[in-house]
Amino acid sequence: MSERVAVRKTYKLYIGGKFPRSESGRSYLVQDANVSLASRKDARDAVVAARAAVKGWAGATAYNRGQILYRVAEMLEGRREQFVALGVPGDEVDAAIDRWVWYAGWSDKLAQVYGGANPVAGPYFNLSAPEPTGVVAVVAPERPALLGLVSVIAPAIVSGNTVVVAASPAEPLAAITLAEVLATSDLPGGVVNLLTGRISETAPTLAAHMDVNAVDLTGVGDAELAVELEVKAAENLKRVLRPAPAEHDWFADPGVTRMTALLETKTVWHPKGT
Amino acid sequence: MTATATSARSDLSELGRSETALRTFLHGLPGVDQVGAEQRAAQLGTRSIKTTAKAQAIDLAIRMVDLTTLEGADTPGKVRALAAKALRPDPADLSCPHVGAVCVYPAMVPYVAEVLRGSKVHLASVATAFPSGQAPLEVKLADTRAAVEAGADEIDMVINRGAFLAGRYQEVYDEIVATKAACGDAHLKVILETGELATYDNVRRASWLAMLAGGDFIKTSTGKVPVAATPPVTLVMLEAVRDFRAATGRQVGVKPAGGIRTTKDAIKYLVMVNETVGPDWLDPDWFRFGASSLLNDLLMQRTKLTTGVYAGPDYFTLD
Amino acid sequence: MFEYAPAPESRSVVDLKPTYGLFIDGKFVDPSDGGSFKSVNPATEEVLAEIAEAGSGDVDRAVRAARRAYEKVWGPMPGRDRAKYLYRIARIIQERSRELAVLESLDNGKPIKESRDVDLPLVAAHFFYYAGWADKLPYAGFGPNPAPVGVAAQVIPWNFPLLMLAWKIAPALAGGNTVVLKPAETTPLTALLFAEICQQADLPPGVVNIVTGAGETGRTLVEHPGVDKVAFTGSTEVGRAIARSVAGTRKKLTLELGGKAANIVFDDAPVDQAVEGIVNGIFFNQGHVCCAGSRLLVQESVADRVLEALKRRMAQLRLGDPLDKNTDIGAINSAAQLARIKELSDAGSAEGAERWSPPCELPDRGFWFAPTIFTGVTQAHRIAREEIFGPVLSVLTFRTPAEAVEKANNTPYGLSAGIWTDKGSRILWMADRLRAGVVWANTFNKFDPTSPFGGYKESGYGREGGRHGLEAYLNV
Repeated sequence: MSERVAVRKTYKLYIGGKFPRSESGRSYLVQDANVSLASRKDARDAVVAARAAVKGWAGATAYNRGQILYRVAEMLEGRREQFVALGVPGDEVDAAIDRWVWYAGWSDKLAQVYGGANPVAGPYFNLSAPEPTGVVAVVAPERPALLGLVSVIAPAIVSGNTVVVAASPAEPLAAITLAEVLATSDLPGGVVNLLTGRISETAPTLAAHMDVNAVDLTGVGDAELAVELEVKAAENLKRVLRPAPAEHDWFADPGVTRMTALLETKTVWHPKGT
Repeated sequence: MTATATSARSDLSELGRSETALRTFLHGLPGVDQVGAEQRAAQLGTRSIKTTAKAQAIDLAIRMVDLTTLEGADTPGKVRALAAKALRPDPADLSCPHVGAVCVYPAMVPYVAEVLRGSKVHLASVATAFPSGQAPLEVKLADTRAAVEAGADEIDMVINRGAFLAGRYQEVYDEIVATKAACGDAHLKVILETGELATYDNVRRASWLAMLAGGDFIKTSTGKVPVAATPPVTLVMLEAVRDFRAATGRQVGVKPAGGIRTTKDAIKYLVMVNETVGPDWLDPDWFRFGASSLLNDLLMQRTKLTTGVYAGPDYFTLD
Repeated sequence: MFEYAPAPESRSVVDLKPTYGLFIDGKFVDPSDGGSFKSVNPATEEVLAEIAEAGSGDVDRAVRAARRAYEKVWGPMPGRDRAKYLYRIARIIQERSRELAVLESLDNGKPIKESRDVDLPLVAAHFFYYAGWADKLPYAGFGPNPAPVGVAAQVIPWNFPLLMLAWKIAPALAGGNTVVLKPAETTPLTALLFAEICQQADLPPGVVNIVTGAGETGRTLVEHPGVDKVAFTGSTEVGRAIARSVAGTRKKLTLELGGKAANIVFDDAPVDQAVEGIVNGIFFNQGHVCCAGSRLLVQESVADRVLEALKRRMAQLRLGDPLDKNTDIGAINSAAQLARIKELSDAGSAEGAERWSPPCELPDRGFWFAPTIFTGVTQAHRIAREEIFGPVLSVLTFRTPAEAVEKANNTPYGLSAGIWTDKGSRILWMADRLRAGVVWANTFNKFDPTSPFGGYKESGYGREGGRHGLEAYLNV
């Protein structure tokens, strides 16, 4: 009896809930696999998908978003061994699962903690509430490939933003596998869009794109590129999260600043009278 | 908005024929935002009226005063003195104009009429079971006729607030129509008693109801409930007469009454008239102040402007 | 006719000096290169004073003074003592409010009734509000140990000179930061009087530094490597340049930029108040307001009625001497701004929109522009897209709530919006969908120190006012 020939997986991009190859037809060999080398056009397609998803995702109830983020944790738990097989340490997978759970709970608490009534000096009802900023372009940290990625995606989407993420070029397999988890977690297509390939190719397109509202440069290791991206982002006044320090501890309590940096505050006034 | 969203000069006379039509119309009037209306009134109150403008405003305000006494203790002697003052508010200065009218109870009308005969000062009488209006319609109409027969050429009636607040608009409407008929040639001022209407939306609706029913003037208050005329209430009523004229072509006057005691207050109202409905209403035929103590303050301020010295109350008659 | 006689507020309460120096390290000093510029009264073109122009050496001196004060005095000072200084400043502002209001109207051209009844009360209230935060920062929701950022470079515009100063300085000082502030070159005088108030309050030297000058001074200040925080209010164009200039630094940045707000009037609006709101929305402060309701979106079914009422109301606006207590519309702040307003208005006419102004006599001297509305405007017109920053309203119509939202959001800006309707659920539905930092429902242009203010999209980022406004001046 001959040994069974394994079915290999094709690692593709994740855009608008689908898994297309790069429109450029290119790939690069990494982690023993041919991974799509996303083009500028792929980046633009991803922004279109992300923008299309904003209305539904931001408009979903906070409870619903929380349920879906928790569902991601459930699905990730079920695929734990798959990530370990890709070389992700077990404790990192655990931390990534727990991070989804932590952020899931924030969905319906953000507005209570970061919004509220303002006691204005007059006969007005005045309420401030946080809202998502819109489409966020994210450069994920190089390492840890899974926990770092989860740590930048979850705080962005929990409040209703949609993201286009440039995954770690050196270790993209965990990212693509995470996309498969997301695709089976009731997360609407387009909320998370994942690009693999060269940061230097995709990030400038995203930073300059006029339909992107914020850029998270966390994973940009090249200081010169970071400045270039921040300058490009200024064109339409994108909100900018600057690169994380190299020594950042991704296992530590993440705090709330990643969430709050991608929120707008809307204040509504109305007179009180009869 | 829907109420006035018909082309100019619309015929609104059919509205009074059914409760439903009245209700639909009155509830279709644009709402009044309380905070916004009060802010606008307050803003108009910050106008600074000085020197020549102040002199002009004071004389106009004097001519607009309905010099009023509505007390159980009123006597022929008291109202005669008041009427004399109406004719010559400042005996020391004959350039001082006379007031717009004297306003008294029906029983006092004959005594006032004697004094005012031959003058241009109008004689107003409250009627229709003033101030509550809580009497049978026939009694109210008899009250009205008696006042007119005794010499009143202006009647200040009260609306039935109970019926209005209960939503019985037809009843209120019919009473005004009947009172207007009882007035004959006398002008009818309809007192809304805005202090009891509670909301500006109600003030607007009651204003339109009174105008639709034929009132010549709409008046804020009887002076007998805690809240009398206020600037925002008057503002809402001015907006109503403005919109009513735009819709029907008929001009209706406005009379804030009660609580207006100082020249400063009166000038604020004149500014409001000027900037809300314009010069067409800056005339005693179209705007009046129901007041008593206001007149002496106007006279004191007038003297200050002519002499440059602040006067004291001892220098003005206390009738 | 009832003609209001002139009712001018007295100028004598203001003691103008012929020249003003820079306020650095608690003292007024001459600029090192002796440069200067003139500040003029835009209502008369009269020169009010000669103002020192800070060069790069002066900016450097100011930043160093701020750094010293931050490290030695203000940073280490207990919050309760910082609070007392801020309360003291708030009180002095109240005590000298008439002087400040008259000076503001002289230098800026805004009507005295606005500087007296809006600007100055809000300035004092802002200092009062943030004074109270100075000793309560651990409770502000930014963690148990919020730290100041350091030295803040603050550049403010000319439309609300003293109020924008208050919005910048009060939260910065409450948070334990020190500041170098550059007022606009056309309106430096109240900031310099504020410097005197700091002296009168015995505020430690270097905590507040005021450097006067034009764009170059501002650029030098925000690009100075010694500043930790940049706060700017002004045009989106300059905001963009600042965002570029801080790229690659660790400077914290907040921007409050332009706007093209939609003021949306539905057929069931409380129409008299809506008309007041429209007027206040665009003619308040000559329309020199970043959150001005410069696009009126009116439901087509009531457009004629609303416009008729609006025109009637506009005919009551009194344009003229800013110091006259009855003036509603003052002077345009500068010749340059007037040219910009004229250019865009002419573009509106050229593009086919219908222009209307009430009969309005403009004074011979000074910079003036009659209140103006354009009807028949479409989203494609320049006057519907570009910020005019003047008393010019573009009127568009819509048919449905969804169309109103779509048109309102169809702009790169996102600072404010207005909704007028008597239907509560529609207000909340609209408010959810409008991409703007401040939504005024059945009111407009209301401000309060407790209420966060700031934009979405190209209207900038960060919030000023309220608890949210502290975040800009804390390391969180």
